Amino acid sequence: MTEVKSAEAPAPPAAVPDELTPGRARWHGLRPYLPLVALVVAAILPYSTLHLPGIFEGPLNSPGTLQLLAICLVFGGLAAGYDLLFGRTGMLSFGHALYFAAGVYGTDILVTKAGLPLWQAGVLTVIGGTTLAALLGAVALRTVGIAFAMVTLAFAQVGAILVARDFGGLTGGEEGLPLDVSGLPSALVGVTNTVNLYWLALAYLAIVVLVVHRVSGSPTGRVLAGLRDDERRIGVLGLDPYRFKLVAFTLAGGLASAGGVVYVLIVGGASPHITSSELTLSLLVMVVLGGPGTRWGPVLGGVLYMYLDHRLTAFGSSEAVNSLPAFLSHPLSQPLFVLGTVFILAVYFFPGGLASLRSRLAPLLTAIRRSR
Amino acid sequence: MNTVVLLTLTGLGLAALYFLVASGLSLVFGLADVLNFAHGLFLGVGAYATWWASGNLPGAGPDGFGFVLAVVFGVLAGSLVAVLVELVLIRPLYSRTIEQVLVTVGLSLAGVALLQATWGADPRPFPRPDWSRGVTSVLGAQVPNAGLLLIVAAAVVLGALLAFLRWTRYGLIIRAGVENREMVTALGIDVRKAFTLVFAIGGAAAALAGALGGVYFGTVSPGQGGSLLIFAFIVVVIGGMGSVVGSAYAAVAVGLLQQFVNYYGTSGLGDLCVVGLLAVVLLLRPQGLAGKVAHA
Repeated sequence: MTEVKSAEAPAPPAAVPDELTPGRARWHGLRPYLPLVALVVAAILPYSTLHLPGIFEGPLNSPGTLQLLAICLVFGGLAAGYDLLFGRTGMLSFGHALYFAAGVYGTDILVTKAGLPLWQAGVLTVIGGTTLAALLGAVALRTVGIAFAMVTLAFAQVGAILVARDFGGLTGGEEGLPLDVSGLPSALVGVTNTVNLYWLALAYLAIVVLVVHRVSGSPTGRVLAGLRDDERRIGVLGLDPYRFKLVAFTLAGGLASAGGVVYVLIVGGASPHITSSELTLSLLVMVVLGGPGTRWGPVLGGVLYMYLDHRLTAFGSSEAVNSLPAFLSHPLSQPLFVLGTVFILAVYFFPGGLASLRSRLAPLLTAIRRSR
Repeated sequence: MNTVVLLTLTGLGLAALYFLVASGLSLVFGLADVLNFAHGLFLGVGAYATWWASGNLPGAGPDGFGFVLAVVFGVLAGSLVAVLVELVLIRPLYSRTIEQVLVTVGLSLAGVALLQATWGADPRPFPRPDWSRGVTSVLGAQVPNAGLLLIVAAAVVLGALLAFLRWTRYGLIIRAGVENREMVTALGIDVRKAFTLVFAIGGAAAALAGALGGVYFGTVSPGQGGSLLIFAFIVVVIGGMGSVVGSAYAAVAVGLLQQFVNYYGTSGLGDLCVVGLLAVVLLLRPQGLAGKVAHA
């Protein structure tokens, strides 16, 4: 009897490969172009006057919103560059802020104090930042693991001290150094031209994503992934871990200093807080929140983190929060408290970050689809 | 001569502060492999708890026995927070080093923000005994009493830690655990209890550093722990992770170097020299001055 019954019971549907489902095939053919579509949408975004109350303060094409978006995009790129170290090579560097700050202060000093044209200052700064990363990386990479983290932290601290103590009157010390805009191309100056800065930031993000994608897909990238998983094995295969790590470190440093060049234009000056180790820590938070070692995770994490960091301040002083009792409203008015807590929760409950959400939710979605 | 004595003693005061923070960091790292970014938070908790106690706790005050009571309260608070952090946040993640670092990073961001939300970002004047504002004449040099207090406190903590490590059963377990954790576990000893203990000790030492640092600087602010923490990290790496004695030597070297170079060279140059010292030590002796052994 039981045999007959079991034969009648509906068999679980055989797993159909995605390519064979007709509806999905078209979708799959489009998938490689999705990043391009996203890029185009992001590029034409400033032409929209859409008003999103609660999300942004003004319409999408208002200078304030565009500047916020541009900062978010730059940090998306920075996080993607940092992921080349942390997520793809497994190097825990606590000194990434140094190369970003080198980009910011280098450009600022060369334009404001030395009076160079912007393109020369930018090129010189990126070359300088990359060289700095190569030199310091060559020393720091003689250590591994936690000691490496400490050495990079110490080097970054030197940068922070140099900036704060204002040796030779170059950096402006605690006051920061406003960018002298008289020598800049007019298309990059002024509130009405914020849209050009937005496009510049978008271009930076696109270039970083492209570079990181190309590198991680190349044979070098496979060696880097191997270093992350088992460094000794790479050594046994006859490859020199030191050299490959130095390449990744230098490349990430160069990308970060290029980000600094874009950032100084958007913000219109340099301030010492970008040299602090907290910036590196927030890069780490961005990458982990987004999903280390994935293509879009760090970008998403960076954009979202900076957005929340800016918007939570407004949220913290809003009516809804102020009406809460003091023991809730005071902590909630601190963006770092909210972000730090979210980060700790993410480490515990979403180790893969935002990028892993889809695969984590997949069983749930399938169950819902089945039950319909 | 006067200047040299003064610089030596103030440098030792600074070294005492570094040692109080670094000894806990070093033991925690040596035993549990946790790089604790939240250690600065314990310092902040200690400082603010002392500050709060001297204003609100009955019997505590800025002077005499009341001050001692306030400091004890601060140390207990720091120790309690450290134990809670270990039990709730770190323990589920043992042997996953990167995640532990990430959690302590998140904790340091959120914790400092919480202090800032509760008591504001501006430095608050720290209640300190009148005698700590004065100076004592040592070999002709006028040395601030707060610095001497720090030196005495650090020497007492160093002595107590060494005695604890050498002559108690838990000290023995900690020393053995730093050297070879798997072996201690294999012998049927629960090392995790020792982890909690080490966190409590480290938290207490950091909280003491916070309270006495408040006396030394005269103010207390949420970010104070973070800036000290970086130098404490440097001290730990130079001294060798897991070694209390190594931390003490390294703290003295770093404190004196910083004070002398900052005085005779440009201000800020001493901080750079410290990082230079770190680079030299790491390149010549990557395991630090004392290596990974908890000496007692």
